[in-house]
Amino acid sequence: MEPTSTAHPAPDMEVVYKRPDTLLDTRMHYCPGCGHGVVHRVLMEVVQELDIQQETIGVAPVGCSVFAYNYLDIDMQEAAHGRASAVATAIKRIHPSKYVFSYQGDGDLAAIGTAETIHTCNRGENILFLFINNGIYGMTGGQMAPTTLLGMKSTTSPTGRTVETSGYPLKIADLVAMLPGVVYVSRHSVHTPNAVRQLKKAMIRSFQYQKEGRGTCFLEVVSNCPSNWKMTPVESNAWLEEHMFPLYPPGEIKAPK
Amino acid sequence: MSDIEIMKGNEALAEAAIRAGCRAYFGYPITPQSEILEYLADEGRRRGMIVLQAESEVASINMVYGAAGAGARVMTSSSSPGVSLMMEGISYIASAELPCLLVNVSRGGPGLGTIQPSQGDYFQAVKGGGHGDYRLIVLAPSSVQEMADFVYRAFDLADKYRAPVMILADGALGQMMEKVRFPDYDPAEHVVPKPWATTGKTPDRARNIITSLHIETEQMEQINIRLQDKYRLIAERETRWEEVQTADAEWLIVAYGLAARIAHRAVDLVRARGIRAGLLRPITLFPYPSKPLAALAGRVRGMLTVEMNAGQMVEDVRLAVNGRVPVSFYGRMGGIIPSPDEVVSALQKMVAQDVLTETEAN
Amino acid sequence: MARGNVVFEIENCKGCELCIQACPQDSLELSPRINNQGYHYAVLVRDNCTGCVNCALVCPDAVITVYRESKKKEKVPVARISGVRQDITVSIGPGDD
Repeated sequence: MEPTSTAHPAPDMEVVYKRPDTLLDTRMHYCPGCGHGVVHRVLMEVVQELDIQQETIGVAPVGCSVFAYNYLDIDMQEAAHGRASAVATAIKRIHPSKYVFSYQGDGDLAAIGTAETIHTCNRGENILFLFINNGIYGMTGGQMAPTTLLGMKSTTSPTGRTVETSGYPLKIADLVAMLPGVVYVSRHSVHTPNAVRQLKKAMIRSFQYQKEGRGTCFLEVVSNCPSNWKMTPVESNAWLEEHMFPLYPPGEIKAPK
Repeated sequence: MSDIEIMKGNEALAEAAIRAGCRAYFGYPITPQSEILEYLADEGRRRGMIVLQAESEVASINMVYGAAGAGARVMTSSSSPGVSLMMEGISYIASAELPCLLVNVSRGGPGLGTIQPSQGDYFQAVKGGGHGDYRLIVLAPSSVQEMADFVYRAFDLADKYRAPVMILADGALGQMMEKVRFPDYDPAEHVVPKPWATTGKTPDRARNIITSLHIETEQMEQINIRLQDKYRLIAERETRWEEVQTADAEWLIVAYGLAARIAHRAVDLVRARGIRAGLLRPITLFPYPSKPLAALAGRVRGMLTVEMNAGQMVEDVRLAVNGRVPVSFYGRMGGIIPSPDEVVSALQKMVAQDVLTETEAN
Repeated sequence: MARGNVVFEIENCKGCELCIQACPQDSLELSPRINNQGYHYAVLVRDNCTGCVNCALVCPDAVITVYRESKKKEKVPVARISGVRQDITVSIGPGDD
């Protein structure tokens, strides 16, 4: 029988890392190397370690992560495109003691859902935004997104995005950071082990703020899209650092005193 | 039963929602129904209801989706243009089988239109204004008392069938003041368990997912089959209508909501002139009372449908009658309310036409 | 150097090579063999793995389990979170960060 996993560890070794039980072992549909899978995994590690699987309700958007609820072993709702934060608002109002997050891509959160994003933040809803920014519409095959960089090619900016045709890349995280209802805004990536550790800490911190009812937490993850950027996963991480970070620098944008 | 009060239709509806145990309201101001939001923002909040004025009707309907999916009794209200904005959300709610109350206090259209009452949203409400094969249970009040009564019925129907229910009213019913009493209704006795709701996955059950996404077409068809089976069941059990003086009627007027009040007056007026007319008032617009109409088609010489639009429900009357008797239409559009006399003369014209054809036939 | 080991869930690996890039010891490579999805899956090719967990952290498909020689290590509590039912201390050991 073909082995299902490689080498067997010596008996005196202990497990120091394994996939969280809160992440279902359904094979994820994401393209090889896609950041969504890492964010899902880290999120479920946090849900497991904080022991809040029974207290967490998630909202999935329309976009590549539209099937997130096939992988996250928590109660979840699927929102119409752009409306995840409105759905999350209502869930939180109905179940104020639960942890609620709105998991959205750049099209969902910063194009069609901009009004919901701005107003959910402006109401200071006690939810966590998990905003995956890969500067492109992945699920529909590589169209331009609000966060697509100037000069960046996509199927709808085939010769590179220009200001004249499509305006400027939208720095939504900085926009919402100005709203008093938003208490914590931090930009991350998952392209290195250290970046992943930082994201995990930021998620733990966000859930703690949510538990304390401090207001809206907004975590942006600048992520890759190997398929639609038309490069290998390893190349995409280098490209991300070189091209995305100048406009979307990782780091804390806003945090409570 | 509470004692009698004089209230605006919109406020009676809102008060009924509080008494019916509505847990949350999400909505947006739009004439002629803003009083519902205003009343709930005051009285509703004071008595523990979650009342959120959202940034748009689009956000509102998706909040209804979220709250319903989280297991709460929830509602929204709007008027024609706003309800159009809610259509996508309503289609998702119907597909995900989420119980909720939707209220359309319709106004003259199309477009920005006017704020006068209209029945121009019949097709949108009854034939499904959003995408895909779905229906809403649609209740059509024709008095302030029914604006209140239908709230309780709508919430119970929504929970019973796990389905969105719409109250299709209009600006006049919303703004007019009439006597109203609130029935004794203890929400605690109307609680329906919702094991499917997203309340936080407990170890004893698998995770709950509220979704309308079914990428495997076979599965999408199963969802549709289940919905259609549900609609047939609802049609069998929940069709409601009222008949006025139809026992000996030779002529039948078919009208709902505000138009039914006018038609009712017209029936009295023509009877005084020797024309035996009756009225059938659909109360549920879906499921539509086709059977009683078909039965009456065997006993009357003709039917006149009276609506405040260009003629929408008349199509369903014709479908029910299936050509056995003439079905004609009288309506006013753009928010104009027809007078009883106009209805009387429309009916008289029909009668004259019938006499004419009868003499020709002899 | 602590001895470590990694085990890959062959069928779920998509050969994205991100673990290979993240490994400080160059212990990993794609196997010449392919799994049922047609991907060359990652394998441990040298026994200089220290169990540092880097590969598992960047793996988008959570296919990696990491083992390390079990010498008792002092865990430094970093974040103290009051969980809903009981308090949870999230500790990050020296091997992490």
